[in-house]
Amino acid sequence: MANVPTALLGLLEPQPSHGYELKREYDTLFGQDRPLPFGQVYSTLGRLERDGQVVVEGAEPGAGPERKRYAITDAGVRRLEEWLREPEPPHPHLQTVLFVKVMLALLSGRSAAAFLDVQRAAHLQRMRELTAIRKAGPLSRIVLADYELFHLEADLRWIDLTAARLDQLAEEYGR
Amino acid sequence: MSTPILRAAKVTRSFGPTPALRGADLRVDAGEVLAVMGPSGSGKSTLLHCLAGILRPDSGEVWFADQRLDRLSERDRTRLRRREFGFVFQFGQLVPELPAAANVALPLLLAGERRRDAYRSAAGLLDRLGLAGLAARRPGELSGGQAQRVAVARALVARPRVIFADEPTGSLDSLSGEAVLDLLVDAAREQGTTVVVVTHEARVAAYADREVVVRDGVVTSLAATS
Ligand SMILES: Nc1ncnc2c1ncn2[C@@H]1O[C@H](COP(=O)(O)OP(=O)(O)O)[C@@H](O)[C@H]1O
Ligand SMILES: [Mg+2]
Repeated sequence: MANVPTALLGLLEPQPSHGYELKREYDTLFGQDRPLPFGQVYSTLGRLERDGQVVVEGAEPGAGPERKRYAITDAGVRRLEEWLREPEPPHPHLQTVLFVKVMLALLSGRSAAAFLDVQRAAHLQRMRELTAIRKAGPLSRIVLADYELFHLEADLRWIDLTAARLDQLAEEYGR
Repeated sequence: MSTPILRAAKVTRSFGPTPALRGADLRVDAGEVLAVMGPSGSGKSTLLHCLAGILRPDSGEVWFADQRLDRLSERDRTRLRRREFGFVFQFGQLVPELPAAANVALPLLLAGERRRDAYRSAAGLLDRLGLAGLAARRPGELSGGQAQRVAVARALVARPRVIFADEPTGSLDSLSGEAVLDLLVDAAREQGTTVVVVTHEARVAAYADREVVVRDGVVTSLAATS
């Protein structure tokens, strides 16, 4: 999944953690049918370390990756924050990314409602563009635009339902 | 900033113990097509009724251009509504005994126009909207979509400054709903009429220039993003 690096940052933010703990948390929340391979966890952490977004805390010199404890840095927090604030470019089949952002916003004590609002606005803006396209185009364009419109509408229904559940979700997963 | 054509400021309104609006703020610019979205029971219809002078708020202000609507008497508000506003509701609410043409002429007759002129305007509008073939039919002889398009014609006939539409496609299938919205929005833009359309459907809201969301009796506008 494209959001593995930011997801790991989100899981690391509350407290430093080892790779295997991160994997377990990730799989419980986001990896139901596709657990994260250990190899990907460590390669991702390695890249985040290289980019200064995580640091290794208190590992014995020469210890293998499974002994390292990772902590998020200020640069990591900034990257996470930007990602959580930014609406995803609206296109059909976004569900997983939107879900991950909502969960990570809740887990990190940020506003999932604010994220859902900017995402709703982005979706509606795209739907307006498609509605304008429908007015002019040949029937084939209209039918294609309809396909996208119906899928974005489905996303919006999910956004609305999730917004209505935020209090409940925050109680269970928030901090 | 120019004077908005409609404005609500800190509007509250309850029905018995149920608060429907708890401090709703809204500005609508002239010529704008605005969608009012939000979950069922959030206060959308109550807001529309307050803006249109159908309901009087418990507190707060409602302005139409430079007139304070909530201060007008019932009679003055009715007069203003007939002159300046058009309405489309979820179930057309056409008069069942009257043919479509007479239904469309009704707002003009109520405004005191002569019968012949009112019918001529109605026929002309039905024609322009591609509904001439329906003029002689009574509502019972129209499909839901056709009835709703006649209701749009009725809302437009007196060239109102604002059209208020409450879930205008709520009882229609998608294709008939599109036809109603195309008709309403195109005609309104052509005449420079402001439209406030209440809907819980994003596809309907996508016809508007802008949307606001009502939640628990308060208006939230979605910040436009990059
Ligand atoms: N005439 C009425 N009598 C009693 N309660 C009402 C009346 N109209 C609306 N309400 C209540 O006020 C709240 C807002 O209703 P409404 O404005 O119709 O919401 P929406 O149009 O968003 O579905 C709801 O709780 C509704 O039950
Ligand atoms: Mg309503």
